[in-house]
Amino acid sequence: MPSYLFWLFSTIMLIGGAAVIAFRNPVSSALSMVTCFVGLAGLFIGLSAFFVGIIQILVYTGAVMVLFLFIIMLLDLKDEEKRARGFAPLAAGLALVVAFVVQLVGILSQSVDKAAPDLDKHTLTNAAAQFPKDSKIAEALSDGRLPDIHLIGHTLFTQYNLPLQLLGVLLLVATIGVVTLSKRQAD
Amino acid sequence: MPTLNDYLLVSGLLFAIGLAGVVLRRNIIIVFMCLELMLSAANLSLVAFSRFNTINGLPDYNAQMLVFFVITVAAAEVAVGLAIIVALYRARQTIHTDELTSLKG
Repeated sequence: MPSYLFWLFSTIMLIGGAAVIAFRNPVSSALSMVTCFVGLAGLFIGLSAFFVGIIQILVYTGAVMVLFLFIIMLLDLKDEEKRARGFAPLAAGLALVVAFVVQLVGILSQSVDKAAPDLDKHTLTNAAAQFPKDSKIAEALSDGRLPDIHLIGHTLFTQYNLPLQLLGVLLLVATIGVVTLSKRQAD
Repeated sequence: MPTLNDYLLVSGLLFAIGLAGVVLRRNIIIVFMCLELMLSAANLSLVAFSRFNTINGLPDYNAQMLVFFVITVAAAEVAVGLAIIVALYRARQTIHTDELTSLKG
């Protein structure tokens, strides 16, 4: 991904993230979170993780944030009124965050930097050799394309089959749990 | 071309924003959103590692599997968490963390 696109999407993402905690109205916060996730999906796609970028948009900005908005409307939340808050908790929270950022910059300035390895036609054609000759993956790779979704599906249903099944069970348990939790108690 | 450290820096900054939100905000829904921000920051560094450490000329898809699982578990977590918030609101008519003090010693 060209540098200017990287910085554009990172700026969108970080401004969206900062707006989440800056707005007083929860609906504005939820909508800035959508902006933040769109920027993040742009970064994912720039990293050639097309599938992850798309499910970031579909699952996060589509499903999860709509759920948030729905709950905000259901609870009928008003703007938070300004309340007098102690200086100490604010200062302690900010100090924690600043310490985290300082530590991050310190570590990154010492660690060895790395440029992205090429994913050009030559590397992709060479990578095709590890897959069966007439498979879709090998076909796309020898054309010089990255068959992202095929590769993810291949990994998911071979190496990670058991975790995938467990994930299905988890989603079922979560669904039943949510229904039980939100049922009005009889008493 | 942006390097690995650029991605890690951006991801760390997003995590710091999420952390600030969790520590500073008092609205439990905003706190919950900021938890999601922190999960996404972790996802960004995972995808960056996947792209920057190629295996046999292809991105490391094990990292993207982890991202896939994190996103799915996060979706389940959001559903359960929001159900708890709704139940909490029914019981207390507030979602302001300063007013939820019954566990305070």
